[in-house]
Amino acid sequence: MLVRLKPDSTEIMQALTAITTAPLDHDALVKALDVSGIGAVATFIGLVRDNNLGKRVLHLEYEAYEPLALRGLDLIVTEAHERWPSVRLAIHHRIGRMEIGEASVAIAAASPHRADAFAASRYAIERIKQIVPIWKHEYFDGGDVWIEGATADPDNAEAREKALRIACA
Amino acid sequence: MRVTVRLFARLRDIAGSGEMMREAPAGANVGAVWSSLVSEFPEFSAYEKSISCAVNADYSRFSAAVADGDEIAFLPPVSGG
Repeated sequence: MLVRLKPDSTEIMQALTAITTAPLDHDALVKALDVSGIGAVATFIGLVRDNNLGKRVLHLEYEAYEPLALRGLDLIVTEAHERWPSVRLAIHHRIGRMEIGEASVAIAAASPHRADAFAASRYAIERIKQIVPIWKHEYFDGGDVWIEGATADPDNAEAREKALRIACA
Repeated sequence: MRVTVRLFARLRDIAGSGEMMREAPAGANVGAVWSSLVSEFPEFSAYEKSISCAVNADYSRFSAAVADGDEIAFLPPVSGG
């Protein structure tokens, strides 16, 4: 029996949710959804931006509490399924060092109709920013800083409602 | 009892390590583990209102009891995406 401690990159890219140090493959993400016969796929790719709060960004380093981050992504898939039962969602988040323009997160939502696909992908990125234990360390011209956003609490109903409102706006 | 403490992002930088073993008295909860870390690393006190916690890689609360061998993670506000 072949035993590997870590799945290889092909296996990661076939999973619906993944935390990986490998460059994200948007086509593989869509393929993982099995979109044959479905009507719409909405994708969202988050890229490393070259500026933040007026500073020139040089690169980012992402860190995760990996087992809980993966659970967080799975929870978002479950939540999206509750709200949009016809949507199939895949989310891959990259960690480690990333240069300007590289993809840090890729989301694909497949649905019979475009409205649900757009809404579910938007919901996913909002929830990632709320509850998934991943942190960006920004290296800018003149220094570096840990970016701190939302206090992570999956049970915070208000935060979840806010994500739903934004998704359905 | 002994627990494994996991720290991330700026907390890890302040403490100088992302993983450490710490003694906790029997019956201690997550909040007690946090309080002793604040005594050890006073800069942690800035996170009093914004910190999240997990026990054995599952989100938890400060009121949750900890058991010998648990992995207690303290999570500053997240910034993925």
